[in-house]
Amino acid sequence: MGMGCGLMGGFVVTRKLSLFGDTLSHAVLPGVAVGFIFSQSKNSFSILMGAMIAGFLGVFLISLIKKTTKVRLDSALGLVLSGFYAVGICLLTRIQKMEFGNQSGIDRYLFGQITGLSTADVLGMGISCVLILLLTFLLYKEMLVTGFDPGFARSVGIPVDLLQYILWMLLAFSVITSLQVVGVILVSALLIIPAATASIITQRMKSLLFWSAGLGILAGIVGTYLSFLGNRLPTGPLIILTSTSFFIITLFLHFRNGLLFKWIRSRGKEQKIAIENTLKAIYQELENHNFSEDTITLGNLAKRRRINMPEAHKEVKNLVKKNLAFLLLKKNQTLPNEDILSLTPEGWSEACRIVRNHRLWELYLTNEVHYAPDHVHEDAEKIEHILGDTTVRKIERILSNPRRDPHGKLIPSQQDIEQGFIEKKVIRTV
Amino acid sequence: MDHFFPPLDLLDTFAMPWASPEDIIWNGKIVAMGFFVCLSCGLIGAFIVVRKLALMGDAISHGILPGLALSFMITQSKALLPMFIGACIAGLLCSLCIEWLQKKSPLKADAALGLTFTSFFALGVLLITQMGNNAHIDAECLLYGEIGFTPLAKNLKWGAIELGPRPLATMAMVTLLIISIMIVFYKQLLVTSFDETLSISLGLPIKAIHYGLMLLLATTIVAAFESVGVILVIAMLIFPSTTASFFFSRMPAILFSTIPLAFIYSFGGFFLARWLDCSIAASMVVIAMFCFGLAWLFGPVDGVIPKLLYRKVSV
Repeated sequence: MGMGCGLMGGFVVTRKLSLFGDTLSHAVLPGVAVGFIFSQSKNSFSILMGAMIAGFLGVFLISLIKKTTKVRLDSALGLVLSGFYAVGICLLTRIQKMEFGNQSGIDRYLFGQITGLSTADVLGMGISCVLILLLTFLLYKEMLVTGFDPGFARSVGIPVDLLQYILWMLLAFSVITSLQVVGVILVSALLIIPAATASIITQRMKSLLFWSAGLGILAGIVGTYLSFLGNRLPTGPLIILTSTSFFIITLFLHFRNGLLFKWIRSRGKEQKIAIENTLKAIYQELENHNFSEDTITLGNLAKRRRINMPEAHKEVKNLVKKNLAFLLLKKNQTLPNEDILSLTPEGWSEACRIVRNHRLWELYLTNEVHYAPDHVHEDAEKIEHILGDTTVRKIERILSNPRRDPHGKLIPSQQDIEQGFIEKKVIRTV
Repeated sequence: MDHFFPPLDLLDTFAMPWASPEDIIWNGKIVAMGFFVCLSCGLIGAFIVVRKLALMGDAISHGILPGLALSFMITQSKALLPMFIGACIAGLLCSLCIEWLQKKSPLKADAALGLTFTSFFALGVLLITQMGNNAHIDAECLLYGEIGFTPLAKNLKWGAIELGPRPLATMAMVTLLIISIMIVFYKQLLVTSFDETLSISLGLPIKAIHYGLMLLLATTIVAAFESVGVILVIAMLIFPSTTASFFFSRMPAILFSTIPLAFIYSFGGFFLARWLDCSIAASMVVIAMFCFGLAWLFGPVDGVIPKLLYRKVSV
């Protein structure tokens, strides 16, 4: 059952139909009740038929509301969900008060109880599982196309509407068969959660279905096992919680798409960008004094970076840690702003490289792409951190080794970088 | 099948509930409860629906279950305040989780919603079964409630004044709160619901308003669920405003039409339940569904039949 739901979930989630499952699982309730009344017993078959019909009616109503009115899809879902459910409850409470109201079996449809399963129920589940599997294999390609690009599917002659109905039918089928185990409310969880977990792991439909089914099975087994451990442990919620914990683990710890690793990576990048920006600020500060000194004060750095002193201290500490700058403490100082900062050779070449990237890019945008000179700064501010050596070489070749950026400032050359300082002569001549 | 629908005894259904003063008070309380729930939910619902959050109500109402269970576990009583706090915390946590997932994870919005609330609900069911039979909150009661028990509840006293049965008094207070908030913040709510850009440029605190609305929603659900069940709450969030939208397209008109609709729902539902001898809350929803069907067919704004007629005339 976990597998069936997992597979269906794969299709459901990719079609943004997640809440359809929820709606459907509520909407089948009147069908269950009517089926019960009709057969006057807990006959699986008539209940199944009733649920099927009710489910279809619900889906049909939703699409009808969507087609004929301006009511939004989520409202339509909510309308059908609560309306059908209420009818179901009405019927159930009515049944309870009638003479044959032995409703002990029907309660199971609300919350589910796996231990009360009969062999026939298990058989029914097996059949539905096989059916879903079979249809998935047979109609895989068509389902895939209609799921992602209905317009294209229609143009190549795939009966989109028919497939849609088949999918709904399968969905209703798997919802109904799982009802007895986990109950109305939690069926939708079985549909959504494994597929959602799988969608974090992979982007390809085939492996998504595979993962989703696998996770469904695993959650089913682990959840059931857990429920045997305690006395009063309900099976359905435990299955759901197991698959939720799978989801949480994947969400955080999956290597490529997990949030934890993403966070670590983006932090690394952020730190790199902060360091590069500080180096650039130091360079600009030095440039402001025409490179007559090779030190700047921390206060000036903070002013240029538009940050406060503690932040500037932190930034500089990072630089010092990476051996890009060193801090000279003035003796008998009165103001902390007067701390003096100087670049190491590595820091100098790194700073030059960043400024060079920035200014080259600005020049490239104005000369070759014909941007206005006052529009290029923002763009260069971003690209300076990403430009690689080969790209820089290419730009140099295109612009034939320029020395001035569009704002008339010096572009530090390769020679300046190696030399470790910029000669006064150069500043004056260029 | 033949005795499923009992014969409709007009006198018994419509007149007997109001035969004696005691009956009037007893049944009046039930109807009043339904009316307050419909009204307050309908007012909030109008905003929820235009914000495309219709299913958020569904999510929050399921999501409060673990909060209720936990606060019951801790306090070992069904006192109003801890239950309320627990439910509010769980509800807000649920909505925060949903939003966080929608923003940070690659999941689609609806999947994030479905995932969160079903997990919360599963946790709640697990906790409740762990408490065993001494728990007076059972999941079934949460789901479809029993409005008929309203007059049975203990009277809430505030100083020397008797405020009537606890759920009714609470609900009435919540309704008052919602109405006053609607009046005070009407403009802000309207602008943020329809035009986010404009409200940003007006300097409105969008986030605060959004969470305020969520908190209000959680409050209503908590106040209502005990006696009417989650389903009535969800239905009442969506039905009144969508039904009204077939008649009016302006927000104030939709909000005001919640009042007559709440009347129809509560009385209609009460009589239907009286006739069929079934759950009152659920019959209210059935009536609401019936009204929606009528509006869908005949509503002047977007109804099916007026549209058909119009097409014929224009051809």
